[in-house]
This record gives sequence, structure tokens and C-alpha cells, in this order.
Amino acid sequence: MNPFDYVRASNTVSAIMLGSEPETKFLGGGTNLVDLMRQTVERPSKLVDVTGLGAFIKESGNGGVIIGGATKNSAVAGSQIIRERYPMLSRAILSGASAQIRNLATVAGNMLQRTRCAYFYDTVGSRCNKRELGLGCDALEGFNRNHAILGASAACVATHPSDMCVALAALDAEVHIARSGGTRTLPFTDLHQLPGTNPHIDTQIEAGELITAIQLPMLHTASRSTYRKVRDRASYAFALVSVAAVLQIEDERIVDVRLALGGVAHKPWRATKAEAMLKGRAATTDAFCMAVEEELTDATPLRENHFKIALTKRTIVSVLVELARRSA
Amino acid sequence: MSLMVNGAAVPLPEDPRVSLLDLLRERMHLHGTKKGCDQGACGACTVLVDGERIISCLALAVQFEGRQITTVDGLATGGVLHPLQAAFIEHDGFQCGYCTPGQICSAIGMVSEIHRGMPSNVTEDLAKSDMKVTREEVSERMSGNLCRCGAYNGIVDAILATYGEIGE
Repeated sequence: MNPFDYVRASNTVSAIMLGSEPETKFLGGGTNLVDLMRQTVERPSKLVDVTGLGAFIKESGNGGVIIGGATKNSAVAGSQIIRERYPMLSRAILSGASAQIRNLATVAGNMLQRTRCAYFYDTVGSRCNKRELGLGCDALEGFNRNHAILGASAACVATHPSDMCVALAALDAEVHIARSGGTRTLPFTDLHQLPGTNPHIDTQIEAGELITAIQLPMLHTASRSTYRKVRDRASYAFALVSVAAVLQIEDERIVDVRLALGGVAHKPWRATKAEAMLKGRAATTDAFCMAVEEELTDATPLRENHFKIALTKRTIVSVLVELARRSA
Repeated sequence: MSLMVNGAAVPLPEDPRVSLLDLLRERMHLHGTKKGCDQGACGACTVLVDGERIISCLALAVQFEGRQITTVDGLATGGVLHPLQAAFIEHDGFQCGYCTPGQICSAIGMVSEIHRGMPSNVTEDLAKSDMKVTREEVSERMSGNLCRCGAYNGIVDAILATYGEIGE
């Protein structure tokens, strides 16, 4: 690991001032950043520890909830208010990593974690455009079973590893950002980017900007929402495919449906095509099947991950059928 | 500028690159806590911080000023094993023993989570708060601790024998 300076921020203003300096990164629990620094994928010369700032979960009015960026993943998953009002968020977090990691990891750090593509990590033997733009991508013709089937590019086929973020995408969350001279907000679904020709940039967050909180609007149908994760072993593994879903039915018609997918794209994938097809229709298995066919029309498999297309379709349909059967 | 390890004050390292794990093993020579993967994938380095379990390999020691760290070395009192340590022996909860310190610290943290009403991914109703120490819950909650010898049945038996409720 390269040498670096460590400083603990005492408040948001000083964190942003310190964080705006070149080659500086904010440090949360460190469960991803420290690993990346050890592999020299990340080489900051200074870390600004923000774990002492903004750990809270509170009402934000209109039935919504706001969660501080430094809140531990386990604190969110275990919070009674989150378990009752946003059970899919709790379940998404509980399905990710291990308890020991969730006790360290922060909410903002979870959002900003980087892909676990093995070629991204292999600084010695592999080419990776995300690590260094212009090198090329060894995943395209390599071991790509875990890689993207939606929204990838010739430059990068990596997936976003978070479970929590998939639930946040389906919940229409909003990201609160502090920066020099003020604040801004961003719809959560705009936070992460598709790779295009700039896969080295994961998010819209600019240098010196700090995620201070995530705001969740009121969820009207907590009972008809869930998160399901499909993986190679029953626990402690990244998703092959995951689905966060909300289904609101009135008079047997779908009045609201929100679907987000994990494990299939460079960002949590909001299935807007399927949602558009389902709104206003009867909640039948046939309708669900047609909607997923539409959503996956443009899916492009790599040599080893063709199975993800069928798996994604089956998982979405299965989740929607389950939610439709539940009483509201 | 110190942290507490098994009740003793330890100065924070001057080099912020030092992980909590390396502080314990290389500087304090507390070799109970093991370095397995050193990348957060195996759980062998699990320790308790203020009673909560964390992996110590990806944790920078400088972040733990003033915190109480408990390692496997600090569990026995007056030469008497912690009840869970004794149960691991009784139930063959290990073969090579390399993952054992992490398993034991993790299980102690896990039981405290269950008693606080923390749900897991196999908890069906997330809204309920009375959690039980069952085989299914223990298996899920301990998934962050790998055992290459495959002593999982013995590990779960030892945990259930120590903390499980009769009839489960």
C-alpha cells in the first residue's frame, strides 16, 4: 500500500475542505477502499475519515425517512423503522457481505464501492479500462460469468456489486450531497453511470463532494415489496441476479410497479421498459412474462453469462407473482 | 492516542496503513487472531469492537481510537475457557483450528445481535423483534466465517449448545 496521510473530519464543512485537495479520498468503513489501496488500484495520498459525521435514521416528513451517509449498513438493516416501512431495503442489506463487514461499512461507502471484476483488481497481469482508461478490457474475452448483460460497452462489462443500491433504485431514493459552498440533491438512479467510453468514472459525484444522506420517499405498499437475490451459494456471495420490486394493485390493476435489477449491469438497473408495460394492466403471470421479454430485448450476453438472461426473466416473474399473491 | 485491547491500552500506530489485524499480530504479538485472506473474504480475522464483531484485516487501526477491542486471547478468564471455547472442543468445532478464533469471536458478536433483535436474511418477518438462536439462523449469520476443513456442523452444534434454546 502506498503511504498516505490520515485525518479525521470533525464536521462536514472541514471534511469538504480537506476532501477537495488533490489525490484525497473520503474514508468510511474502509471495507472496499482499503482493499483497493492494498492492491494499489486506488492510490490516494490522503484519507479524510468521515465515519464520525452524520450517522442517523430519522423521519423526513410526508412519511419519508432520511438516513445519514455515515450510518453503518447493519444499523440501517436493523432499524425498526426501516424494517417496518422499507423491508426490501433491510433485506437487501442483510443479503450482502457478512455481518462483520456490515458492522463496518457505511451507507455512503456502500454506494461508492467499486466493481469486484477480477481484472479491475489485477494490477499486474490484466488490462482494465476502469483502472486505467485506454488499456483495454480483459473481461470481454475472459472469465465473464459474473459480468453485465445490460447497458455494457466495448470498453467495460463490469457489474455494480451492491445489494443495498438495488433497493434504493427501486425506492426512488434521493442522494444528498454537500460540496464547497453548498449542497445539491440527485435522484439515486442518476448517481451511477453506464460505462460507455468512460468506464473509469462510476458516478456523478465530483471531487470534493460528500454524500451526506439518502432520502427515501414514503412507500405505500411495504407489504407488496421485496428483494430477492440469486447467487452461487446461499450466503456471503455477490449476486448473479437480484431483483428489488414494489407492486401496488388496486381493483386487480397494477397502479404502481417499480423494478430494479442487480448483478446485470454497471449500475443498479431500473427496469423502466417493463414498468411501463405493466402499469394499468391486470397483474397476471402472462403480463409479467411479456414485460420481462421487453426489458431483456437488448440484453447482450458474453461467452460465459448467457444464462443470466433466462435467470433474470425467471427471477423477475417469480418475484412479481409472489407479490401479486400477497395481500396488500 | 490509544485503543484498548483485551483491557490494556495500546498506542495507535504512527503509520495509518497498519490494519487493526497487523497491529494485533505484528506489534502486540497477539497471534490468536488469524490472517486468512487479508481481503475481507474469510472472517478468520474477526474481533469484537465494543462488543460488535468486525473483520480486522480491512480496518485501519487509526480509526479505532478509544475503542475496546476483544480478541480470542482475551476470552478466557483466570485460565478457565470461555463456555463457547469449551463447547468447540466438546463438539469438534474444528480440525486445523485456523478459522477457530474468528469463528468464536464472530459467534459471540452474533449472539449479542440476536439478543438485540437484529434480523438476518433468513428471518421471515423482518418486523418482529424476538429472534431465536436456531440452526438456520446460526448458519446464515455465521456465513462470513469460512472453514476449509468443513467443520461447520460441529461449529453450529457448539454455538447451539452454548446459546441455543431448548427444543430448537
